[in-house]
Amino acid sequence: MNVRLIFSIAKSLLLARFKQTMVAAIGVTFGIAMFITLLSFMTGLNDLLDGLILNRTAHVRLYNEIKPSINQPINIDSAYKNSYNFVGSIKSSGTRQGLYNSEAIMQSLKKDEQVLGFAPRIIAQVFFNDGAIDITGVVNGIEIEAETSLFFFADYITEGKSLDLKNISNSIILGKGLSEKLLVNIGDVIQVTTPKGEIFPLKVVGIFQSGIMELDKTQSYAAINTTQKLLGKPNNYITDINIKLKDLATAPLVSKAYAQLYGTDAEDIQTANAQFETGSFVRTIISYSVGIVLLIVAGFGIYNILNMMIYEKMDSIAILKATGFSGKDVKRIFLVIAMAIGFFGGLFGLLFGFLLSSVIDQIPFNTASLPTIKTYPINYNPLFYTIGIVFSLITTYLAGFFPANKASKIDPVIIIRGK
Amino acid sequence: MSEIILEAKKINKYFHDPLTVKVLDDITFVINKGEFVSVIGKSGCGKSTLLYILSTMDTDYEGELYLDNELMREKKEKQLAKVRNEKIGFVFQFHYLLNEFSVLKNVMLPGLKLGRFAEKEVEHRAMEKLKILGIEKLATKNASQISGGEKQRVAIARALINDPLIIMGDEPTGNLDKKNSEVVFDIFEQLTKEFNQTLLVVTHDNEFANKTTRIIEMEDGRIIKQ
Repeated sequence: MNVRLIFSIAKSLLLARFKQTMVAAIGVTFGIAMFITLLSFMTGLNDLLDGLILNRTAHVRLYNEIKPSINQPINIDSAYKNSYNFVGSIKSSGTRQGLYNSEAIMQSLKKDEQVLGFAPRIIAQVFFNDGAIDITGVVNGIEIEAETSLFFFADYITEGKSLDLKNISNSIILGKGLSEKLLVNIGDVIQVTTPKGEIFPLKVVGIFQSGIMELDKTQSYAAINTTQKLLGKPNNYITDINIKLKDLATAPLVSKAYAQLYGTDAEDIQTANAQFETGSFVRTIISYSVGIVLLIVAGFGIYNILNMMIYEKMDSIAILKATGFSGKDVKRIFLVIAMAIGFFGGLFGLLFGFLLSSVIDQIPFNTASLPTIKTYPINYNPLFYTIGIVFSLITTYLAGFFPANKASKIDPVIIIRGK
Repeated sequence: MSEIILEAKKINKYFHDPLTVKVLDDITFVINKGEFVSVIGKSGCGKSTLLYILSTMDTDYEGELYLDNELMREKKEKQLAKVRNEKIGFVFQFHYLLNEFSVLKNVMLPGLKLGRFAEKEVEHRAMEKLKILGIEKLATKNASQISGGEKQRVAIARALINDPLIIMGDEPTGNLDKKNSEVVFDIFEQLTKEFNQTLLVVTHDNEFANKTTRIIEMEDGRIIKQ
């Protein structure tokens, strides 16, 4: 009963000063709308930039590093176990780059619960022959289906079809920069020289553009068996296994476990790309702080308007108190007013924020480095909307609290006597 | 022996700003049920100050105040608000209606606050009070659209809504012309006679006071005649 009465009084006071109320509410609406738009846009961009690297990076990568053996023979020898052994001029051993037991590793990964999927790879250094000039480059032997489903390979193919890599034998997909250097188009045949000096013709079936120019100038892709043929290796030869996990956060732990288990080197995504997390973290912090500042400004607007309202309504407050409303009731009335401004202003803010971000979503955004992106990226995360409405309520509560407190302490005698 | 509604015992009050001045000095009196009491005195004699103490809005005083045989001193702000809501009706010099509400809603508000009756019932009662005062036609009008005399009658209707023990008036006719003053007085008189309503009115209008059943005269913070 009392609650309903307080709401109805608050409503009447609000509607009596409709213009002022609107100004205050528009302040909140603007703040929330900007908060939503800013965060959606910023995180959209963040995701895009992160995706540029992270989508194509394995969560855990198994490979063999070229490095000196940790266990030098003298350390293993029992005769010298209790002495300090100094070995001079150690050289990296000629371990083979192919993974041992690659078939067995893949079988075991298939059964692993933590693994979303994996894609085997061969990385081969080659020369692309262009008349008198040899261009150094890399041929990545890939399994096209796995690469497409896990690392969105097909998204980066700008010309040709990615599946042709599998369907046409001895085919290759070149980076855009590389194809420009070699002056080749789809259907042309290029000559590739392997490190062992063999010359191998490959047919160009596609051009890809990764968004990172340096990569596009040196990288190319071929089917795994083509690459094995190129290198003259057997068909179980694989140099890398790129693993995508179900939970990205577990990558460092899993990578250590795999290094132990499979006797290979393992690199996790956090170690490989630490700078990206820092970058997006800082960008997120900036967008949140700008959004929150907007809301605080809106909060001051509400504070001002409520303060003015209280000066205007001194008589009404006095009469409410004289006729039996306690200080607490008066305080509640003004808090309800503030919260109503916050709630409705916030609700419209969410709506306008959504509209504004969907408008931005329609603006064309074409850049050479991002072939798959046609419009500005927007992240419609419901979390932003939740934070927006909660924060608008908190801000307006705080903005209303002090004026409401003041109103509750008004002494009716002073007002009535003062007339 | 008639029923005691309000009892003041040795009430003293000081103003401390800028100097400590004693504004009320040993005020002691009793109001019985059905009395129509007027308090008169010159400006600054403390009669309004006394009224605010009696109305429980001013709590900064010495002495004892009993309303309906309950000591007011021990009550907290919230409890005092309830006492005002339930047992006291107010009529001020400047009608003090809430301009945001209709006349009817103005009358209903203290009733809704008390919550003794459902909203429909409060509305019905409010209409009855307006009928007693002959202003039921104004019910749907906005409080800011009616004349001064009408506003004062609405204020009286509001004072009556919870059937208070006592109605207190602070110069209720001070801002009205002669004709309207008489209307207000007639209403007060009607209330005492027909409904045995207790009234305490502060006024400097001697003509008005002379028509009441009892006059308390004050000077320099003291009661000099009652």
